[in-house]
Formats: sequence, C-alpha cells, structure tokens
Amino acid sequence: MSTDSAPAPQGNIAEEQRPRIAVSALTTNLREYGLIIALIVIMLFFQFTTSGTLFKPVNLSNLVQQNSFIIVMALGMLLVIVSGYIDLSVGSVAGFIGALAANMMVIWQLGPLSNPLVVSIVCLIVGGLIGAAQGYWIAYHRIPSFIVTLAGMLIFRGICQALLGGGSSVGPLPDGFKALSSGFIPDVIGPLTLIAPTVNAAGKTIVGSGLTLHMTTIVLGLIAVLAYAYFGVRTRRKRERHGYEAEPFPLFVVKTLVASALALFLVYEFASYRGLPVVLLVMGVLISLFVFVTKRMTIGRRIYAMGGNPKAAQLSGINTERLTLLVFINMGVLSALGGLIIAARLGQAVPAAGLGSELDVIAAVFIGGASAMGGVGQVIGAVVGGFIMGVMNNGMSIMGVNVDWQQVVKGLVLLGAVIFDVYNKNKA
Amino acid sequence: MTSTILEMRDITKTFPGVKALSNVNLSVEEGEIHAVVGENGAGKSTLMKVLSGVYPAGTYDGQIIFQGQECQFKGIHDSEHKGIVIIHQELALVPMLSIAENIFLGNEHAKYGVIDWDANEARTSALLKKVGLKEDPKTLITNIGVGKQQLVEIAKALSKEVKLLILDEPTASLSEKDSQALLDLLLEFKRQGMTSILISHKLNEVNRVADKVTVIRDGRTIETLARKDISEDRIITSMVGRSLDDRYPPREPKIGEVVFEVKNWSVYHPIHAERQVIKGIDINVRKGEVVGIAGLMGAGRTEFAMSLFGRSYGRRITGEVLLKGKPIDVSSVSKAVEHGIAYVTEDRKTYGLNLIDHIKHNITLANLGGVSRHSVIDDLRELAVANDYRKKTNIRASSVYQMTGNLSGGNQQKVVLSKWLFADPDLLILDEPTRGIDVGAKYEIYTIIARLASEGKAIVVISSEMPELLGITDRIYVMNEGRIVGEMPAADASQEKIMRAIVRGEGKAA
Repeated sequence: MSTDSAPAPQGNIAEEQRPRIAVSALTTNLREYGLIIALIVIMLFFQFTTSGTLFKPVNLSNLVQQNSFIIVMALGMLLVIVSGYIDLSVGSVAGFIGALAANMMVIWQLGPLSNPLVVSIVCLIVGGLIGAAQGYWIAYHRIPSFIVTLAGMLIFRGICQALLGGGSSVGPLPDGFKALSSGFIPDVIGPLTLIAPTVNAAGKTIVGSGLTLHMTTIVLGLIAVLAYAYFGVRTRRKRERHGYEAEPFPLFVVKTLVASALALFLVYEFASYRGLPVVLLVMGVLISLFVFVTKRMTIGRRIYAMGGNPKAAQLSGINTERLTLLVFINMGVLSALGGLIIAARLGQAVPAAGLGSELDVIAAVFIGGASAMGGVGQVIGAVVGGFIMGVMNNGMSIMGVNVDWQQVVKGLVLLGAVIFDVYNKNKA
Repeated sequence: MTSTILEMRDITKTFPGVKALSNVNLSVEEGEIHAVVGENGAGKSTLMKVLSGVYPAGTYDGQIIFQGQECQFKGIHDSEHKGIVIIHQELALVPMLSIAENIFLGNEHAKYGVIDWDANEARTSALLKKVGLKEDPKTLITNIGVGKQQLVEIAKALSKEVKLLILDEPTASLSEKDSQALLDLLLEFKRQGMTSILISHKLNEVNRVADKVTVIRDGRTIETLARKDISEDRIITSMVGRSLDDRYPPREPKIGEVVFEVKNWSVYHPIHAERQVIKGIDINVRKGEVVGIAGLMGAGRTEFAMSLFGRSYGRRITGEVLLKGKPIDVSSVSKAVEHGIAYVTEDRKTYGLNLIDHIKHNITLANLGGVSRHSVIDDLRELAVANDYRKKTNIRASSVYQMTGNLSGGNQQKVVLSKWLFADPDLLILDEPTRGIDVGAKYEIYTIIARLASEGKAIVVISSEMPELLGITDRIYVMNEGRIVGEMPAADASQEKIMRAIVRGEGKAA
C-alpha cells in the first residue's frame, strides 16, 4: 500500500473552499451547538422555577452523581446505535452486575477477592463477557439485536433477582467501594479559605457559610481549560499552515471563550462545595476517550461506515462481524461500570437497580441526534442528551412535579428532539 | 397530430448554493418519443422531479403546461392524476409481493377494503400481455429478473391510464436483448398514440427510437434536435460542449509478464447449495494489460469476481489464485486487499458507498492505514488525499465534504474508483464501470483505466456493453453459464464473434 504519496494540498482548492467551509462549519455544527444551547436554556429554566436550587453546588454534585451511570452507558449505546443495532439489556446487566458485586463483597466472603478494586475489575470483565455472548449471536449468526438483547434483558434481570434472594437487598457495601459514586477527589493542595465561615454562639461553624475553595479542583479545572484552548489553537495553526481554514476566527474565539467560561463556572461551583466528584472524573476521562476514538481513530471511522452501509463496509475490507462483536463487548463493559456506579451510590444492591434505565440511555442517544438507521450520531450529542434528561429529572423533582408527569414531559422532549432533527434534515 | 401535450417554460430550480436548472424549456408533442439527454448532473432528473411534482409547485420558478392547462403539482399524486407517470431508474417494486399485488399497490380493485383478487389478476394478465411479459400474475417480484421487473413497472404505469410516460434510464441495468425488447415496446406504444419521454445515456437507443432529442447541459437547454438532425456525433458534441473525435482514449499497451492467475475456480450458490454457479474457470492477467470479460446478464461474471474478492459471494469455493506465480489467500476481503486486489462493484449504491457520509471519508475507507499512524487518523493527510483524488478523477462536487448520496451517478462512480485507487492495487477488477453514466464521464473513466494500465497495473473489466470492451481492452474472455467459453485478442474480436462464442457455449453447456 502506498502511504507516502499524499500530495501537498493545492492552494487554489483551499482558496475556493474557504467561504463554503465557513458557512458549512456553522451549519454542520448547528445541531451540536443547538443541543448545548437547549441544555443551557433548560438549566436556566429550572434555575428560575426552583428559585436557585438547581445551580447550588450541592445540587450540582447530586445531579452528576445521579445521572453519571446513564451517561456512561450512553457512550456504549451511541456506538451500538451508530453501528445500526440496539441494546435493550443494559439496565438488566447493570442490575445483575450490582448484585454480583454486592454478593462478592458482602455475602460470599472471598477473602482478598472481596477487595472493592478486585471486585470492580472482575465485574467489568464479566460485563465484557456478557457483551461478547450477546454480540456473538448478533454478529456471527445475524440474529436481530433487538431480539438477542430483549432476551438478555429478561435473563439478566432474572439472575439479578435470584442473586439477591428474591426481593431483598444486599448491603451495606464497603465505604471504599461507595467512593466510586459518592466520593470526591482528595484535596492534595489544600483548601483556600476566602471568607471565613460564621461561627455560631455554640462555637460550631454554620454549614454553608463562608467560602472555602477546593484548590485541587480549581487547579485541575484550569489545566483542563488551558489544554482545551491550547489544542484548539494548535489544530488551527496546523490547518492554516497546510493552507486550509477550519472555521472563521471570530467563531473559534467565541466558541472557545464560551466553553471555557462554562467549564470554569462549573469548576468553581464544585470547588466551593467538596471538590470534583470521583464519578465526574471517571466520566470525563471516558467521554474524552470516546470522542477521540470516534473522531480520530480508524476503528471509530469503521463503525460509522458499517452503520452507514454494512455491505459497502464489508467490501472495503472491514471485518464487520468482529467490529460488531467489539461494539457489544464495549457496551457490556460500560453496562457493568454503570451497574457498579448505581450500587455504589445506593450503598447496596437492590433488585430494581437499573430497571428501565435502558430506555433513558437510548433516549439520551436519540435526543443527542443519532439516527435510528445507523451511521449517524456524536458522542458529545449523547452526553448532552443524557444531561438534558438528568437536568429535567432533577429540576422537576425539586419543583415537586409528580413522577408520572415527569415521564410524560421526558417522552415529549424525546419526540420533539427527533422531530426537530428530521425536520431539519428534510429542509437541508 | 402536432398538438403540444407538454410545455415546460423557463424552469429554474435552486438548491442551497447550487442552481440545478436555469430557464430550462421543454416542449413535447403528442404521440412522440422525446429523448432528454445530458451528462450526469446536467439536471435531467431534477427536471423530471419538477415535472412529476416530487419538487412541489412553489419550490421552483417557471410554468408547466400540460394539455393546455397550467399545472401546479403538489406531489406525485397530482401529476399521476393527470396521467403523467414516471418510472425511475431504481425500480420501486416490493420484492416479496406478487406481480399483481405490485401493479395495483395502493390502487387495488376492492370493495369496502376487501380485495377482489380475481379482478386484479385478470387485469394484470391483460396488462402483462400488453407489455409482452409471459409470467403468472402471482409470481413474486423477487423471482423474476431485472428486465422483467422493468416490464412490470411499465405495466403498472399502464394501469394508471398514462398519457405521458417518463422513463428514467430504463435500460441501464438490462441486457442487450431485454433492452431491444423494451425499445420495441416503446415504439409499439407510440403507434398506439402514447407520448413518452426517454431519459437515456445510450445514444444508440436514442438514435433508434427518438423523434426529438433535447440536450441539457449544466442545467440549461442546449438545443432540441428533430429526427432528421439526430446523429450520435451531433448529440455528443452538444452534450459535452466539445466534439469527442474518439469515444475511447488512445493507448499504447505495454504488456508484461503474468501477474495474476486463477485456476479451476468453482463456486456454488449461497442459498441453493446444489447449484454450481462458477464451473472451473481459468484466467490470467498480465502486467499493464486490460482484460475484458464479456457475457450476457446472468453469465456469472459478477459472482465470479465477488467470490474471488474475499469470498464475498457463494460458498464451497474451490480453486487457486496466484499472484506473480505464488498462491495467495483471498479468503477475506482484507486479505484480498492486502494482496493488492481491488474490486469496484457494479452496484455502487448498495455495495460501493456510504451514501450518508461525505466524499473524503468514502475515499479513504479501504485504506485507512494510508492516512493514519498507530490507528489514529491524520485529518490533514486525509483531506490532502481526498482533494488529490478528487482532482485526479475529476469528481464534480462543491468540496470533498459533500455527501456521496447527493452526487450524480458518474461522480459517485469516480468516488468508488478513487477509493480503490487509493488502496493502490496491483489487480483492479472493474464491474460494469460505466453503467448508468454519461458519455463525458465514461470517457474520463476510460482515460483513468488507460492511465492505470500504463502504470503497470493489471486490469479486468466486466461489461455488458460490447463496444466498450472492444474499445478499451487488450484481450477478451467470453463467459456464459459459469464457464469461460471463448478467449480472443481484442484486435481480432467483434460483437459477432463474441455473440457466436456465447451461442456455441450455450450449445456446449446443454
């Protein structure tokens, strides 16, 4: 294969493309921007209707801890849906893994094997095996994924309940394990007290008074924002050096500034409470990884090609069977991680853990702009879609909206988002 | 006799950023066969979509006057109601329903929603007789060939009391024999007084049946030729805006040693396990040589090529493939590609392209290794490669970020070709490389083939168009019923010789 024949780009091509790219950069990213704007609007709406509760640091931490498992599983679901499949079993697998982890740590007395870290690793491997078992039938025997994973949904919910001995729960789980969901990163730098907390007559400090910043969180946040800006500028420079222009400079500046400001605001919020939740860090790393894999790596490209036209992908030398298997293994591992996060948050394994969450996960991916036909969808879209669902859950709960009506609203938002998508596509 | 049935005046249709049609005029007289020709992307299909209401009134400028009345079609239903029926290039039949069910789909003889099957089938039989198709109305569409399916489409149009029949590339996927039959049918309809518009790339067909030819180029009407002025050369000149002295580019073949050899290749049908589709084929291709495989539809040419290319067709595949004298493993597509084999499919939409992705991603798909390091894609390198191939193969698009689904057939073909050129194969198998594309794009494809051969690649061209094989190849294998039934140097070959080999081969196989 000749790999060294990539020619120097022609100046005139870049010249003629410039105005078009400027326009298309806006229009193609409009969906993504629109989604983020929608999330901000929804957040502001709830900030207003909950009289400021939504953006309270303690509530933001809760919001992240309550919804992280949906977002983690949505990362896997995005790849499944882009590949042209569906996975209905993720909620049951998460429940089963939670029950397995709790049994390993609390009931079975496995000695050193009951260590939370060992249990977590074993559970992730089991999740991968479950994904492989389902993916095998889908990839190599062409059984529709809807059917295989519907079976998986029944099977693993059943095993989950059996492991928990019928209707009971298993717990309490060790604190070391619970830190996965409810922990915060340690402040290695040390707190910075800007306003000393008020001390009451009894000599005790009043909770929530004063302002102390979790400096490790602040430093991490600043590093992340600077890295984001640095890489943005570097990519731009590189493109310009090669005679291409990515997007108009003002747009780039505005985009970078807005994103950085938002990130810094959130960092400040977390820092003024107890710092960055551990689970947010895990989620952040996973999101970056999946953005990289889908946008820059060959395997990501192959997944999109397979979803767009499986026959053409196969005839281009892509091993679609193995790729399908890998996509489901990945989904299995992430479902297991989701299950661990749920169990860690509840502090115990319950039979209903993750029940119905497959629908929230799938909804997040579709709100995020993925196509049910496969081949289309973005990681960031799925993440924002997951947060939209989460903020709505959280906001409506604070407002005291009945759970029944919460479902109605979520259903309408899902339908509205997809209708908006289809309408936009037809217009273009 | 010379009343005008259809007049389209000053039709202008703009898409965001592109003017697809500008002030196009088309005037069709009652009872004539009016051909509309033009290069891919010239605007023929857009014009027909305007006419049939796919693009509803209001989304374009200009007037449509049908039978003396100005029409403002809101959708296909409106135009069909007036008797304008369009048969698209891609057939719109439901494969698992019968002929009768397809013909009366949405238009069934029924009372209170209960279908009267006897009436439907009786009418179907009558319609099938009109189009000369001898099939049971109950036969499933999936069980008849493309040629017959085309006839079913026409029967379906007749069932709607058509006054103006529009055929978009009706013979693109038909064999020579089926094409002739279809054209005869059109002439028969003309005798009965029907008006038709024929969109075609095959100028010999246009030459044979058309009373008038309207040439469209770059979204404008160039001219309308009357019967007496119609000649292939005249049409070509007008279509491409320059004269093509030779339809095939000149070439000095420099043929080297044998690069690629297939020995005793046999393949069985993927579903009907006892049916042998390919029966012990031996062929070889030399360096810098263009080898043609001629044959009728269903001779097994595509099946042969696909089974070679990573066992993409059939099962119980036996035989040997040698590259430069050494046996190679071609049991998967990626292995075949690694050994330097590339197969450009005859069906670019189904097997060749990811239609919902852009040109750049399609071009690099078969050789992602060539634009990546440690599995990480170098975006700029990929962009440079895509732009380079876009220029080399002359893909007409606003940029490499255009969706391939929005390109014309010829440009789609160039994208598929680019994809395989970037994979840098030693042996390139081209399956019907010019199917459904216009004269200008064909010439460009021939030029690319000639250039590749001069670079020392071995090339196999499968084609149903015999003049094409005679024009561009060095040597021709003739295939029939899964066997090679003849081999001749292109210099000695002729259409008659090829046909004779096929007929003799049929005798041998029986």
